[in-house]
Amino acid sequence: MKTIVEIGAGLAEKKTSAVEVATAALASAKEDTFSAFLAIDEAGAMAAAKASDERRARGAALGPLDGVPVALKDNILTEGVVTTAGSKMLADFTPPYDATVTARLKAAGAVIIGKTNLDEFGMGSSTVNSAFKPTKNPFDPSRTPGGSSGGSAAAVAAGIVGGALGTDTGGSIRQPASFTGLVGLKPTYGRVSRAGVIAYASSLDQVGPMAHTVEDAALLLEAIEGFDANDSTSSDAKKTVWRDALRSGVKGLRIGLPREYFVDGMDAEVDSSVRAAAKRLEALGASVVDISLPHTKYALATYYVIAPCEASSNLGRYDGVRYGHRAADAKALKELYEKSRSEGFGPEVKRRIMLGTFALSSGYYDAYYRKAQQVRTLITRDFEQAFQSVDIVLSATSPVLPWRLDEKLDDPLAMYLMDVLTLPCSLAGLPGLSMPSGVSASGLPIGVQLLGRRFDEATLLRTAFALEKH
Amino acid sequence: MKLTEEQVRHVARLARLALSPDELTRYGSQLSAILDAVDSLSQLDTSGVPPTSVIGAATPHLREDVVAGELGAKVALANAPQVEGSSFAIPKVIE
Amino acid sequence: MPRADFQVVIGLEVHAQLLTTSKLFSGAGTSFGGAPNAHTSIVCLGLPGVLPVLNQRAVELAIRTGHALECTVAERSEWSRKHYFYPDLPKGYQITQYEFPICVGGRVVFDGPDGEKSVRLTRIHMEEDAGKLVHESAASLVDLNRAGTPLLEIVSEPDLRTADDAVEYLKALRDILVWIGVNDGNLEEGSFRCDANVSVMRHGSTTFGTRCELKNLNSFRFIKQAIEIEATRQVEIIEAGGKVEQETRLFDPQRGETRSMRSKEDAHDYRYFPDPDLPPLLLTPERIERSRKELPELPRARRKRYVDALGLPAYDAGVLTSDRAMSDLFERCVAEAGEAKPVSNWFMGELSRLLNETKTNTADVKFSPVQFAALLKAIKDGVVSGPGAKEVFAELFATGKDPSLIIQEKGLAQVNDDGPLLEAIAQAMAEAPKNVESYRGGNTKIIGAFVGAVMKKLGGKGNPKRINELLTEKLKA
Repeated sequence: MKTIVEIGAGLAEKKTSAVEVATAALASAKEDTFSAFLAIDEAGAMAAAKASDERRARGAALGPLDGVPVALKDNILTEGVVTTAGSKMLADFTPPYDATVTARLKAAGAVIIGKTNLDEFGMGSSTVNSAFKPTKNPFDPSRTPGGSSGGSAAAVAAGIVGGALGTDTGGSIRQPASFTGLVGLKPTYGRVSRAGVIAYASSLDQVGPMAHTVEDAALLLEAIEGFDANDSTSSDAKKTVWRDALRSGVKGLRIGLPREYFVDGMDAEVDSSVRAAAKRLEALGASVVDISLPHTKYALATYYVIAPCEASSNLGRYDGVRYGHRAADAKALKELYEKSRSEGFGPEVKRRIMLGTFALSSGYYDAYYRKAQQVRTLITRDFEQAFQSVDIVLSATSPVLPWRLDEKLDDPLAMYLMDVLTLPCSLAGLPGLSMPSGVSASGLPIGVQLLGRRFDEATLLRTAFALEKH
Repeated sequence: MKLTEEQVRHVARLARLALSPDELTRYGSQLSAILDAVDSLSQLDTSGVPPTSVIGAATPHLREDVVAGELGAKVALANAPQVEGSSFAIPKVIE
Repeated sequence: MPRADFQVVIGLEVHAQLLTTSKLFSGAGTSFGGAPNAHTSIVCLGLPGVLPVLNQRAVELAIRTGHALECTVAERSEWSRKHYFYPDLPKGYQITQYEFPICVGGRVVFDGPDGEKSVRLTRIHMEEDAGKLVHESAASLVDLNRAGTPLLEIVSEPDLRTADDAVEYLKALRDILVWIGVNDGNLEEGSFRCDANVSVMRHGSTTFGTRCELKNLNSFRFIKQAIEIEATRQVEIIEAGGKVEQETRLFDPQRGETRSMRSKEDAHDYRYFPDPDLPPLLLTPERIERSRKELPELPRARRKRYVDALGLPAYDAGVLTSDRAMSDLFERCVAEAGEAKPVSNWFMGELSRLLNETKTNTADVKFSPVQFAALLKAIKDGVVSGPGAKEVFAELFATGKDPSLIIQEKGLAQVNDDGPLLEAIAQAMAEAPKNVESYRGGNTKIIGAFVGAVMKKLGGKGNPKRINELLTEKLKA
């Protein structure tokens, strides 16, 4: 299991070649012990690795990602490589274009090994909602790697690739990172282009890195971030060389522990892990204070209005006309729509489409959608208030440890409750990072979450870096 | 809030989803339970609070009015389930 | 006539395609023609992962329209998604402006059969067009070339009371949009489309009746017909004790009827919400003001000025302002020539005739205002005769050569010297002694025949004024 920095060093020192690294990655991806992959792009990966070796031989290596094997969550488009979003609806969809983040990784010389499993369209916290297969947690294959970016988490945690991209709408990078002992970063909304990323909830979706270390995550973020003319919500906030900012320590930083984030039913080991992390930061010169984010308890309801509303709209395009699954025997238009969509979408997706369609429908818009958008403002204001007195908010990422794949979680509401600690950050568009913070008595990873001010990934990353080293 | 079966049916129709009787019942009770949880929002007084709909860029970057990125019919149709000429074909629509 | 007891109330919704090169949110071209789906991009196909990026030119044209129609141009407007399923709508929603349109208020002033009328506008908003569905073969075929083309929807208040006024309003609106370069005004090709909201109420009533929205009105004639037919239908329902139902109705010109378009079961619930992919469009007051300053003088104002300041007949002013290029050329020619009436005469007469005959666009004429003014001066100075001038103008129109050169090359210079004129007069009088006698006997009208004969001898180049003078002198002698 090697980090991006280690792989990069091996390549730079010519101890190995990109082709060798890619060959090994492809072999273990094909073996796919944890069912992390939905597609493997052997030809593309080998061509990219060869090109990387040739550049390096010419002394024209591109940077820290050149020749490094990576994987992409399968809701990130790859030109010419089937991209499914984990849905039967798109089982045969071959995109004619690359997502901006795909193009940027390619431009940085990264070798894309394949596409990773996810909960269908990003809707889930377990990767069990994939239309194709559940992914297993490399720490304990009987357990979930989390979701929805569970395939990317497993691919990195298993050491198949150096790093991966996930997407995070309500915690889908942070929670699986927490479940698999990784660093996962959801950047500030607008930091990374969404162009070419299959939309789940447009005002919340954000692409981010999943990696073994904070530094690896920073390197991936550097490669993918920045303004994109193809995404009207992408920000022209200045790019930063995150790697340089990592080592400045946390002396004088103020860390807030929100009392609302120590929720009922939280695992005791998770609870003490958060407090231990706070102690470590204190020992490093930061100050730790209790804070309150009073509207936290409304975040779940707010999210489960906004995200389904946007999803119901974003998924209207899957109609069996231009691409995607079409029911075989539809004879009339209405039948074409209803059959294709009913066959193509899985139960959780249908549930959220129904929920969102209802909440937007005539007579209910104000009570649900508009109300939720107002509460969203209040949640955002909570953070603005808090960030006047602290620099970082520290909490657990998930209130619980990875659950068993065979645990019957029939009650969708109970599942939604698992996201309670990651949702507020998404609603406020803040950067959030999950990082390992010890292991449970049963050997399962525990993650803590750091939240920062909008576009202040610098403070977030250096805090995480300090915490990681101590 | 408890959804009636007719409401569930109506929403499914709006969303172009064909649900089996079994699904209708199941989704009906699941959605009702979720909506009950969501109804906690109504306790909050949000009068005068502006809604957040778009976060990020204050105003969008605008595009020059130039032709760029046309795929051509061949690529446009490449993923289509059914094609006739250079059009997407669907079952005959009766208007 | 039951109709006499009722007042028709009409509001119009116009969809005008903006004259941009590319689509509202993508770089695909807006040109007509090409194979189905040739002018599509990933965005107009609604592929997974695509995002809209707003066309700057479309915004500019919308602001310009707002100024031309005296609207308030909003410093902040927002984008919404309007949802419905139809194969010509690739994303399952249309991006439009709902709660916060780019223009609010405004009006269109026009001259109806009984004087000047003003119709208030509710709003103008921007939105994307849908594609086309063709039902030719056993299947229905989807062509998305038009999908995503920018439209302006211009919504009037229910201020119109007759079908004729509705048509006059639409003509005036179309003239303005074409004039300011935002729309090509073509009803047949659908780049200027109109839906009519029609209701009826008893005279003296202050509450409007239930309205129906009429679609498929693709000519001015159909608009008039459809409104009248629909009003009659509604009156008949009410007279029979029934109630008009609010619905969308399709006009069928063949059958001369309107009929309901959608069954109740499919009642639309568009589920509008702000598009999270598009931040609000913010315009600074300076930006809005800049467009106002760039706005050209509008046809009505120009017509009025032609009558009031240039002293042209109203009819001429109307013809000259029926086309922006014609009017602009007229302006420039008047500026060069220093007077309006002769310029107007040439434009109304020879220029219009030649443009028609040669099917030339005014924008493509070859001559310059300076050359045109030079021709007028040559006429005034007697360098070229009236008939000669027509010949010079024809050549000027065809080639764009300088008039002086044309006069020289074609030998069209007018004969002004008395010598050759007297010679020709003597000949003409000698050839027709009876006519001379007749003239002297009091039939002075016959001088016309002499002028013609003299002019013929001079190859049409004689100065007619001088010929007249000399002839009168000689005939009287």
